Amino acid sequence: MDLSYSPEEQEFQDEVRAFLSEKLPGELSNKVRRGQELTKADYERWHAILNARGWLGGAWPKAYGGQGWSAIFQHIFEEECALAHAPRIVPFGLKMLGPVLMKFGTEAQRAEYLPRILDGTDWWCQGYSEPGAGSDLASLRTRAVRDGDHYIVNGQKTWTTLAQHANRIFCLVRTSTEGKPQEGISFLLMDLDSPGIEVRPIRLIEGGYEVNEVFLTDVRVPVGNLVGEENTGWTIAKYLLGHERSNIAMTGFSVAALDGLKKLARAVRRGGKPLIENPLFAARIAEVEMDLEAVRITNLRMLARAEKTGAPGPEASMLKIKGTVVRQALNDLARQALGPAAAPFPSEALEGNLALAPDGHAQAAASYFNNRKISIYGGSNEIQRNILAKGMLG
Amino acid sequence: MNFEMSDDRRMLADSLGRLLDDACGFEHRTKVAYEAPWHDPAMWSGLAELGLFHAFLSEDQGGFGGAGFDITCVFEPLGRALCPEPVLAQMMGLTLLATAGAETGPALDGTERLALAVDEPDAPWEPEAGSTEFRGGKVTGRKSVVYGGHVADRFLVAALADGKTALVSVAAGDASVTPYGMIDGGGASEVVFEEAPGEVLIADAGAAIADALDRGRLALAAEAVGAMDAALALFTDYLKTRKQFGRPIGTFQALQHRAVDLAIETEQARSIVIRAAAAMGTEAQGKAVAQAKALTGKIARLVAEETIQMQGGVAMTWEYPSSHYAKRLTMIDHQLGDAMFHTERLAKMV
Ligand SMILES: Cc1cc2nc3c(=O)[nH]c(=O)nc-3n(C[C@H](O)[C@H](O)[C@H](O)COP(=O)(O)OP(=O)(O)OC[C@H]3O[C@@H](n4cnc5c(N)ncnc54)[C@H](O)[C@@H]3O)c2cc1C
Repeated sequence: MDLSYSPEEQEFQDEVRAFLSEKLPGELSNKVRRGQELTKADYERWHAILNARGWLGGAWPKAYGGQGWSAIFQHIFEEECALAHAPRIVPFGLKMLGPVLMKFGTEAQRAEYLPRILDGTDWWCQGYSEPGAGSDLASLRTRAVRDGDHYIVNGQKTWTTLAQHANRIFCLVRTSTEGKPQEGISFLLMDLDSPGIEVRPIRLIEGGYEVNEVFLTDVRVPVGNLVGEENTGWTIAKYLLGHERSNIAMTGFSVAALDGLKKLARAVRRGGKPLIENPLFAARIAEVEMDLEAVRITNLRMLARAEKTGAPGPEASMLKIKGTVVRQALNDLARQALGPAAAPFPSEALEGNLALAPDGHAQAAASYFNNRKISIYGGSNEIQRNILAKGMLG
Repeated sequence: MNFEMSDDRRMLADSLGRLLDDACGFEHRTKVAYEAPWHDPAMWSGLAELGLFHAFLSEDQGGFGGAGFDITCVFEPLGRALCPEPVLAQMMGLTLLATAGAETGPALDGTERLALAVDEPDAPWEPEAGSTEFRGGKVTGRKSVVYGGHVADRFLVAALADGKTALVSVAAGDASVTPYGMIDGGGASEVVFEEAPGEVLIADAGAAIADALDRGRLALAAEAVGAMDAALALFTDYLKTRKQFGRPIGTFQALQHRAVDLAIETEQARSIVIRAAAAMGTEAQGKAVAQAKALTGKIARLVAEETIQMQGGVAMTWEYPSSHYAKRLTMIDHQLGDAMFHTERLAKMV
């Protein structure tokens, strides 16, 4: 047993750290640290900085403009980025569509779309979920009917993250109603500015706008935008789920959040003393910290195994559950640490002398509420448990 | 033994419920709760006309209630409707005015709005630990997150005077008030006093303030129970009707046991609130109120988190009332001492 990174991995870690301290703009990391909403331009700026270094698609093969990083290299990169409060990489093009096109796309599709993902020309969003198809994704009903060289698409997608910034969407659509529901699904690419597509914002619990409804009415999509064969969309979607194994546990974010929480608990006072000296509160930090430490190691165990066998195994579901629970517990403690000061809507009125929360924590309650999403999306924690139970008990 | 509400209280609670159905429907409530001035004068006068504020004082104090159950029978419906009006501040203010033997008429009929200015940025929930001072007839200091302060006509301020915590009355116009909205709706303010002229209502006010805070904690615990009831009703309906995998999600046992746990815990919350209401004015008040506030705080968060999780994405949206219940249920714990604060107090009584 040796828990340390190999010399090459350590060297890479140093390289990432040096890069981040030199190139990550303070305006961006401050926003991320404070939990403030990033604008489209913020994301694009960070993507461009990474792309200039060749690291935006670091995990992509060299042939497609990547570095061919191993799972561990990618993990190191993402953890260091999170610790430095870098904006997260918008995953829809880079971590979802990119790998799908490499595996299932035509040469023409790869040549057209992959470079545009890296250089920021295209912003993709993910059109899987529908009002009636959440956990039971295979029941999706958005129809695509063949009409000569086109599909005519009708239906509705929902929860589409950051569609307001996107110019393209990849969708799962129904192309057949015969046989099992999984067997009649296809993977289709669309331009969001096609006639018949309307994007409407959904406001979330804490007041922000990051998800949307996408209405599709008689949208004409060229047949060339089909990825893979017709009716094989489910296989593609499943491939993607199995492929996405780095960063499921978001441990980098959690380590950064734990650090922030300790600083916060030192800065706020309760009963005439810093909150961190309150044994009840300190014990709760200690409990999350041990859980986080264990998740970090589980994560590394999974990466090591994936590197050997190419398959992530059931730890992926375990990591999703534990990683989200730990992160939510950290959000919960940060909100609690603020006491009464957590309750005001962060506003301009509360800047300067009247600031209620120590720097970087005004959004604690908003982040707590917003992050309830992480145990719901990407396969809810209940669905992850169903997967694990099936493997364990049959 | 009798756990029935008296007829008078039931009538008040019923008419309050009807008024709130009309005046505090979801859309109107959302608008009032999240937009300046975070207050609806019509809703407020409706509450006053109902005689709501009289329910907080005893007959010899000029009201018609004043007992623990008078508080809970009002705050449960307020919680069920997520009413954003600063009734809590009015209730605690009235209690203190009555204790001081001061004029209560205008506050009883709602024309004068009160706010209790106790918490300070570095000393939340500790009225005697603040650094606001009263000297030579003037108050100087800062009070933080003053609920109801966004619309108050008068502040009742905890301030140090001659080595004791005094209760001082300051007209809102003599303070510098920065109003803001809250993440769970409604308003509060930062209040800065710079040599603001004040009138001492109670010179040694530690016990009186502690009693008013206890009544406020009882009110918040009851409000939480009302909000839990409403949140669970929405949740139950949704689990029965939302279908995935060809069946209502409420038929999945993975959700059923957790749903039942929420029902069990909500009954625990209801019981501890009844216990605390019955203990008001007795020796058991302090402990019973701390138990009620700590336990409802814990349960309220569980109900908030679990109703979001088990309803899925829809419960993350602003448009669906469930999310607003979840916010209120979570943030109630941040008022007048959270579960940890009261558990710590209780630990010292073990
Ligand atoms: C903020 C946010 C962003 C999102 N972004 C995207 C996006 O960009 N693109 C996209 O396509 N989708 C996105 N989603 C959708 C997300 O994937 C779905 O919300 C998720 O799949 C759950 O579906 P649902 O919300 O319809 O809940 P439902 O499927 O209705 O589930 C409700 C509850 O029932 C439980 N449940 C369901 N089935 C079972 C079962 N068999 N056993 C036990 N429990 C069960 C669930 O776990 C949940 O607790 C996003 C969601 C959110 C909240």
